Amino acid sequence: MVKVFQAADATDLVTELRRSFDDGVTRGYEWRVTQLKKLLLICDNHEPEIVSALHDDLGKPELESSVYEVALLRNSINLAVQQLKDWMAPDKAKTSLTTFPASAEIVYEPLGVVLVISAWNYPFLLSIDPVIGAISAGNAVVLKPSELAPASSSLLAKLLEQYLDSSAVRVVEGAVTETTLLLEQKWDKIFYTGSSRIGRIIMMAAAKHLTPVVLELGGKSPVVIDSDTNLKITAKRIIAGKWGCNNGQACISPDYILTTKEFSPKVIDALKQELEAFYGKNPMESKDMSRIVNSNHFDRLSKMLEEKEVSDKIVYGGQKNRDKLKIAPTILVDVPLDSQIMSEEIFGPLLPIITLNKLEECFDVIRSRPKPLGAYLFTQNQKLKERFALTVSAGGIVVNDIAVHLAVPTLPFGGVGESGMGSYHGKFSFDAFSHKKAVLYKSFIGDAAIRYPPYSTGKLRLLKALVNSNILEIFRVILGLS
Amino acid sequence: MEAMEETVDQSLREMRETFASGRTRSIKWRKAQLGAIIEMVKDNEEKMCDVLFQDLGKHSTEAFRDELGFVMRSASTALNFLDKWVVPKKSNLPLLFYPATGKVISEPYGTVLVLSSWNFPISLSLDPMIGAIAAGNTVLLKASELSPNASALLTKLIPSYLDTKAIKVIEGGPDVATILLQHQWDKIFFTGSPKIGKIIMAAAAEHLTPVTLELGGKCPTIIDHHSVSKDMKSVVKRISGGKWGSCSGQACISVDYVLVEQSFASTLIDMFKPVIRSFFGVNPKESGCLSKIVTKKHFQRLSRLLNDPRVKASIVYGGSMDEDKLYVEPTILLDPPLDSEIMNEEIFGPILPIITLRDIQESIGFIKSKPKPLAIYAFTKDENLKTRILSETSSGSVTFNDLMIQYMCDALPFGGVGQSGMGRYHGKYSFECFSHEKAIMEGSLAMDLEARYPPWNNFKLNFIRLAFREAYFKLLLLMLGLTKGVRK
Repeated sequence: MVKVFQAADATDLVTELRRSFDDGVTRGYEWRVTQLKKLLLICDNHEPEIVSALHDDLGKPELESSVYEVALLRNSINLAVQQLKDWMAPDKAKTSLTTFPASAEIVYEPLGVVLVISAWNYPFLLSIDPVIGAISAGNAVVLKPSELAPASSSLLAKLLEQYLDSSAVRVVEGAVTETTLLLEQKWDKIFYTGSSRIGRIIMMAAAKHLTPVVLELGGKSPVVIDSDTNLKITAKRIIAGKWGCNNGQACISPDYILTTKEFSPKVIDALKQELEAFYGKNPMESKDMSRIVNSNHFDRLSKMLEEKEVSDKIVYGGQKNRDKLKIAPTILVDVPLDSQIMSEEIFGPLLPIITLNKLEECFDVIRSRPKPLGAYLFTQNQKLKERFALTVSAGGIVVNDIAVHLAVPTLPFGGVGESGMGSYHGKFSFDAFSHKKAVLYKSFIGDAAIRYPPYSTGKLRLLKALVNSNILEIFRVILGLS
Repeated sequence: MEAMEETVDQSLREMRETFASGRTRSIKWRKAQLGAIIEMVKDNEEKMCDVLFQDLGKHSTEAFRDELGFVMRSASTALNFLDKWVVPKKSNLPLLFYPATGKVISEPYGTVLVLSSWNFPISLSLDPMIGAIAAGNTVLLKASELSPNASALLTKLIPSYLDTKAIKVIEGGPDVATILLQHQWDKIFFTGSPKIGKIIMAAAAEHLTPVTLELGGKCPTIIDHHSVSKDMKSVVKRISGGKWGSCSGQACISVDYVLVEQSFASTLIDMFKPVIRSFFGVNPKESGCLSKIVTKKHFQRLSRLLNDPRVKASIVYGGSMDEDKLYVEPTILLDPPLDSEIMNEEIFGPILPIITLRDIQESIGFIKSKPKPLAIYAFTKDENLKTRILSETSSGSVTFNDLMIQYMCDALPFGGVGQSGMGRYHGKYSFECFSHEKAIMEGSLAMDLEARYPPWNNFKLNFIRLAFREAYFKLLLLMLGLTKGVRK
């Protein structure tokens, strides 16, 4: 029988983890590395179960599960294990004449007890990757996986309890009730992956305790296609990045395409050709795509397709099967800009193409919308690349590819504006869960009288010279020459 | 209020248009504004000292040291280093992604709001603005109504020195702040109390606006008299200078209370007395070197803290107050009750409790029992104690053997943790505070790997597995058909 999680449980949980943290359980290098290596064992020993759970929850093909969840996690863990000593070492900081003689450094310290709230679309990756950051930084952590991926959630709870130190790492399964109870507690950091709407609720709850947050949200990530690009490769990458990543249900999924009226027919043809090469003539039968996660989302996407002035813009696909929770890869052209499909993050296998008279108009279109998590551009034009990188504000920008920046540990992964705040991956994960404490070591040599009252003009002059690091002036004043 | 709402609407509109035009992105523009800030302070040094004296009774030396000189240095640091700061940072990509390249560029958030405080009304207004401008944002400053003369001066000067289409000032109190917070900003920077910090963050949450909150706390000072006995005179001078020599203790990084071993307490108190007298003379009220309490409300707050009979009984020096002159004498308490208000609220005034312990090691536990402060100060040469303080306590910063000076070191991030705040600034951190670090990755259209694309099969799966593990040799074997690949 599953015990119902109540308010007292939330309080007890945090109290217990705080005690472990205060006792120093999570601070040492050994503990952190041991936990990380245990996470590696989970990946090594349980990959088939993970793949199976992902298939149950999302119909995710084995390759996507193995690569985009397990392999990415393995890399993330290995990097942390390799680099942890370096990451934990203090950074030296320069001091100046004003604070002379002194030495300074920045010490990384854990924040304490942190909460990670995960999402349903990449339930393993988006649960464990932040947890890797939390543990490397020396925190105690509670993970709340998404209830919309129940098999994954329960497998995570089982495996983490089995392998990790439950005095400092815990999983709480549940939905709105449990999350609300957790959010009433005082955490030292909250890391949330999900929608902008819930992101606001999280931040508001965090404000009550002055808890800092990382919010990995979403948005409509545009893809701009220039006519000078290699269209075959462009189409393949878009398809792999959209339908090949959880069937478009990913935060950095290419949401819509912007291209010229002139070039658009070629784009559509290229997409159709490659879609058939990837998924065959009956994509609804293909095993290489995830299904839609549940009937709520299926209905949401259906509604988008059925909207007046949208349904007649379908140029490819459009087939649906509610029982199997499948929607075929669907391409639309020039739907109204104020339609649902162009106002909300799609998060599904629908790809609208918006055509422009001139490609440069893409900047206005993108700028008139909330800042997305990702923005993509396919072109060979150097000037266009530079203008895009400089003026399109998004979490991250990829030129001539889709979504790959997610796998690069040396690039910070996060949003801006509506798409979120904060970032992680690689060392950025470690930083996200650390407090960088400034430490100044001063000596007793040189106790300048100018620091203290009573104040005089002479002291003021010397101070000015010091502040301006004006050595000549300093000497002049000291020697009474100024 | 309607007029104020209109002003805010209009200002925001203009700032957003200006930002969209790209004007503030130009390095030339940013440098010109930073230079103008330096000029503004240089040209108006006397006027600024005047208003700081009017609002806070600050002596011009204190005003220069803590505000004017500090701002000029901050602006010139930004001027000198801006070219370096804006350079994109190259990221090394794993071989797997060859020939892709990656970098991170710092992009301005857009239109930002700076909410300043009254205790250092010039520097806490201009310093964050320096960061915002250096990062290429448009910025609105709300100057505090509790330092009316300083705020009025800034309101007058800023439009005449800086680009009014991009940089604006509004004076006002909570009602103006409420109007401002209803709007969407791209970043909010707040200096003030934790109580208001929570309100700011909650308002920011409505728009998913990132915030930096520079709050306060009770900054403890540990005196390990065993290891610094030789330098004790210096210790007492530094603590006195830090506490009473900077806005009369009304500073977020001021010494709030002292921790010392019982055996040394009375010697310590005896050492403070002559130092205080040497700083402020026999009548500190007339010294001209001691700032006044900012308002009657704050005076009454401090009065209330001292009037608790148990606290009153613990006064060992000072204690006199003058409401008309908003004067509170440098006051020392010895062991006020730990559950009194004065030991549970940030004091923000010239009252210094000395808390005695049996053993100085107990200071660690004492500090941990309270919310994380903005700064911890420790006077000690004992390496073990230093290590314990660093690893067992948490605070915005730690300074050994001095006070407040970490504020001046712009290679160090200045900010809090927990109740004392989130985010940080000063030097390059100010630039980063107002920047979005945007990742840019560029792939090549020349090379393509079939294994990236469906339909999936075992070969592709093994290929990708090996590629991820950077097992390049095995990858080669796989491609040459010399191996079926590994399961894991």
